[in-house]
Amino acid sequence: MPDVNITVDGKKVTAPTGTLLIEACKTAGIEVPSFCYYPNLSLQGACRMCLVRVEKMPKLQTACTTVITEGMVVATDNDEIHQARKSMVELLLGNHPLDCPVCDAGGECELQDMTFSYGAAESKFIDIKNHREEQQWSPVVYFDRPRCILCYRCVRVCGEGMDVWALGVQNRGVSSIIAPNLEDHLNCEECGMCIDICPVGALTSGAYRYKTRPWEMNHVGTTCTHCGDGCKTTLGVRRSDTGMEIVRGDNRDKSGINGDFLCIKGRYAFDFANHEDRLTQPLIRKNGRLTPSTWEEAFQLIGKKFAEVRDKDGGEAIGVIGSTRTTNEENYLLQKFARVVLRTNNIDHHRTADFPAFAAVLSGKPESTATMRDVFNAPAILLIGNNPTDQHPLLAWQIRNNVRLHGARLYVVNSEPIKLRRQATIFSQIPEGAEARVAAFLGGDDSVLDALVTANSNRESWTGLRETLRGERNLVIIFGSEIRGDAVSVLMKFGGAIGAKFVCLGDYANSRGAADMGLYPDLLPGYQAVAQSGKFHEGWGDIPNAPGLNLPAMLERAKAGKLKALHVVGANPVGRLGLNPGDFSQTFVVVQDMFLTETAAIADVVLPAANAYEKSGTFTNTCGDLQIIKKAGEVTSVKSDFEMIVRIADAAGFDVSKLVPFSRGSRADMGQSRGAQSGEADQHRVWLEANGLEPKMSPFDPMAILDEIQRLVPGYDVSRINLLAGNDQHTSLSNSGRGAAHDANLIVPANNDLFSSGTLGRYSRTLNSVLENHHKNPAEAEVAAD
Amino acid sequence: MASLVSHPDEVKVVSKRFGMGATNIDRYCELDGYTALQKALEMQPDAIINEVKNSGLRGRGGAGFNTGLKWSFVPKQSAKPKYILCNGDESEPGTCKDRLIFEHDPHAVIEGVVIAGLAVGAHAGYIYVRGEYRYLLEIMQKAIDGAYARGFVGKNVLGSGYNFDVYWHGGAGAYEVGEESALMESLEGKRGIPRIRPPFPAVVGLWGGPTVINNVETLASVPHIINGGAEWFAKLGTPKNGGTRLFCLSGHLNRPGVYELPMGYNLKKMIYDVGGGIPNGRKLKAVVPGGSSCPLLTADEIDLPMDFDSLAKAGSMLGSGGLVAVDDTTCMVKFALRIMKFYRHESCGWCIPCREGTDWLEKTLKRFHSGGGIEKDIDNIQYLSENMLGRTFCPLGDAAALPTISIVKKFRKEFEDHLEGRPCPFEEHLVSV
Repeated sequence: MPDVNITVDGKKVTAPTGTLLIEACKTAGIEVPSFCYYPNLSLQGACRMCLVRVEKMPKLQTACTTVITEGMVVATDNDEIHQARKSMVELLLGNHPLDCPVCDAGGECELQDMTFSYGAAESKFIDIKNHREEQQWSPVVYFDRPRCILCYRCVRVCGEGMDVWALGVQNRGVSSIIAPNLEDHLNCEECGMCIDICPVGALTSGAYRYKTRPWEMNHVGTTCTHCGDGCKTTLGVRRSDTGMEIVRGDNRDKSGINGDFLCIKGRYAFDFANHEDRLTQPLIRKNGRLTPSTWEEAFQLIGKKFAEVRDKDGGEAIGVIGSTRTTNEENYLLQKFARVVLRTNNIDHHRTADFPAFAAVLSGKPESTATMRDVFNAPAILLIGNNPTDQHPLLAWQIRNNVRLHGARLYVVNSEPIKLRRQATIFSQIPEGAEARVAAFLGGDDSVLDALVTANSNRESWTGLRETLRGERNLVIIFGSEIRGDAVSVLMKFGGAIGAKFVCLGDYANSRGAADMGLYPDLLPGYQAVAQSGKFHEGWGDIPNAPGLNLPAMLERAKAGKLKALHVVGANPVGRLGLNPGDFSQTFVVVQDMFLTETAAIADVVLPAANAYEKSGTFTNTCGDLQIIKKAGEVTSVKSDFEMIVRIADAAGFDVSKLVPFSRGSRADMGQSRGAQSGEADQHRVWLEANGLEPKMSPFDPMAILDEIQRLVPGYDVSRINLLAGNDQHTSLSNSGRGAAHDANLIVPANNDLFSSGTLGRYSRTLNSVLENHHKNPAEAEVAAD
Repeated sequence: MASLVSHPDEVKVVSKRFGMGATNIDRYCELDGYTALQKALEMQPDAIINEVKNSGLRGRGGAGFNTGLKWSFVPKQSAKPKYILCNGDESEPGTCKDRLIFEHDPHAVIEGVVIAGLAVGAHAGYIYVRGEYRYLLEIMQKAIDGAYARGFVGKNVLGSGYNFDVYWHGGAGAYEVGEESALMESLEGKRGIPRIRPPFPAVVGLWGGPTVINNVETLASVPHIINGGAEWFAKLGTPKNGGTRLFCLSGHLNRPGVYELPMGYNLKKMIYDVGGGIPNGRKLKAVVPGGSSCPLLTADEIDLPMDFDSLAKAGSMLGSGGLVAVDDTTCMVKFALRIMKFYRHESCGWCIPCREGTDWLEKTLKRFHSGGGIEKDIDNIQYLSENMLGRTFCPLGDAAALPTISIVKKFRKEFEDHLEGRPCPFEEHLVSV
């Protein structure tokens, strides 16, 4: 678009045609104040704070509704404008309760800032303020009515942004009031976007209100760990008697892939961390009862037992189950520990997507995975299966707002009338379980066509859809776990022919990371077959070559009394699969977890684990965007899974420097301690130097493993400085191993909805308190627990 | 039904069928009804627009924009349907003319709407009737039914091949909806809140289609212009102020009522001659010349012609033609309070200055009038009004500010007389009488 030249306060400003004056001013570093204007929401012109003087216009103009025109001359600050803004603030303060000393927003309130800027400190009014009682709209949303300045941001973000439309305005004039959809309470997605976007303290959070002053918190930018989307979030953290307490989660840092967005889980569901059922000391089964012990005792027992089984029955008698909510570093470490220390390939995790099949297609091809940002910018999107509104709230936000703001074309194929159909250009409802047939049909197999025809589609509409999709350039194809096995390659072949990009949806926070890091019995990190020699074999020395047992096979082996030890990290197979505790009577079970889950309850040793807010590392979201997790603070009485694994290896008599590449190494052994052959250079050391990095000095430093991941795992060689800065870094599957064709039944989607999140959700008071969280059958929720 | 008044100076154009039973379609046709439509069907759309433009007809709702010019802004080609919207949300205090047109000559409105439709190429027209005028809906419905039955509206209007549908829509009772963009919101079933402009309704209006929005009196004038010609109509008024105007005379007058007078009729004469002067030998104190949102004129400012330009020169507005005479027994503080009470009640609440400003002005005036005033209040009332003026989302804020500023400036002494806890001097006077 051609540029338009204007003059603002004597400065020449150039901006594209159609730019709003308020935005054009921003590009020139001139801030025009506003309450109601909010980027990407509809224009209001209601607060009148952005009044500016435009030459040749009789009245002051609102910069938020004025589109720039060539030669426009604008003044944004003079006595007249200053007075206009001052009087707006005076009027707002008139009926405002001015309870700033106790208001949640005090210190981070836009009305306070405007008052500070425009000096409307002296009141002209002596009459009584209008008052209304505060309302509780839900367990998480409170509305302090007199504080509201009616900027309508909440109404718009709820309607336009979330497509929920739960808020509106009642009455008129000075009686105007924001109101929830069910008269005095909300029925909505409880995302809390309205609270974050509120410029004052009118909408407050049930989790945070009256708990602290903003300046008494540390603000820690990290990544939410509830689902596979990886929203950036800022935690408000206070000191407490256990070390630290998270009192707030918000999205004040809008630089993340989620921009303005967070859902109820990201905003409130950190509260599982403070649940009173949290395990706070190691437990050892003595005389049939789990009994508190010291860390030292627990590690010694586990190390000794694992080494004993390994040496007596062989590594194949040990099983390891990893987690979808531990960090990449922990997952990488765990599979390395299994293979190098326990000498077994019996390692698996709860699979929720067919990433090996995904990698198999992409291996050796030009990069064609879509980032979470791509989903917001793509001109067209095909969504097959899944219900992102429930299972991937950020992805749903990206899709919805891409359609709203960029006019993207959305094609939805689903067996249910999911909410995103409302944004769809074409919505095709299919019979349950027919997703693979859709893939086949798109791939050119017309024999499945009849099976796709429903009451609201026919052969022509399907053929038409295929033709339309073939005509789309830069299509992003997003598919849920309904597409697995062969269907993955069929669908991706269709997409590949038209240059599409892909997203394969996995459910848990680090499902993708668990897959990428090789929590598979037959795959090493980067989807490389265990049997294939390569960098890992070279670096780690001798590891078992034969594929190990997958999760169900391990359980079968335990039932048969032949699995002598089982190490479970952050997973709950007993609860999830409804196993009989008796199956493990012959197995020494070690569980690392936050809570006494069904699996922990049958364990011989339970180690209390830190959660992702209490440790550092990286997570990979379902799109393959790598992001950093920052420790919110030190917590007593728990340890990170990383540290526990290293301690167990040590207790098993293993030289941990061969597990975690820490210390400068000794020049004498030329790095042999890290597995290099005699006389060879220490590859790790060489890589560190080449990348300007220092060796890490502690075996408990996950950054040491991140170094190894970046060195060895294909696609993870992203910019370290950007990663540490908190930027999402997209990983590539182009150079990954060839993946594998797995039994499709191994994939069991978590089916978490907006208000559940496996074990984390089970212990979140907030998630369980909202009325919308109707788990009719509590057992159902527990099955999903992981 | 309101009783009708008359005066020899009246030039009856729009009101010529008042009291003649023209709600009956046969009677309307006998009185030249729908002849203008037949004529217009023979004309090119541009010719209709030019005729109206040249007649000098200016919007009778208050803003006084040239009607033909407004029509000419509607794009010839439009992907979306075009609409005619007749603004019958007559709510300006002191104004009561549109209801008489609806009541006595509803077909003239329908005929005007159809001609406007022909001029701009619309195929549907909506007649929005103020919510409080419920009794008029039946009249409108009957008139529309009649027009359909006789082929003046509907498919193939009078065999011309031109289709045009007419609907009425009843408001829910909001002054704000008289503002044209709020009117469209209301008609579309939303809250009556103005839209951001531009785009203007002529380009993006009802349901996104180009829309002509005219006042009832404006549209009812159109058939007369088509029949009588632009020149004839223009000559009835003063230059650039074509035609006649329905003036609504109310307040302290001996003969209040709606009179149709040529544009430019002298205001003083209007009060003392047409309106019959002030009752009971009292003196005129102030005049609201064109509805409650106009700055007031004092008794010695009224020797001027009543047209858009002369009133603007005198620092006020011709507005909607609602003239209110105020005699010397009236407390101007109370008058200001009454006006503010109205605007506070009617503010839609969308923007800060109007929503909060009218509230604080009413609170202050209320306290002030009841004896709780302090000297600072007088300046504050002016300060608040001046800071509302020109800064609100729509002209409602101006409508509240303008009369208030004029009252404080012109009658400051009356404010001072209320200070120091003194009771309202005028109420004291009334009690003693």
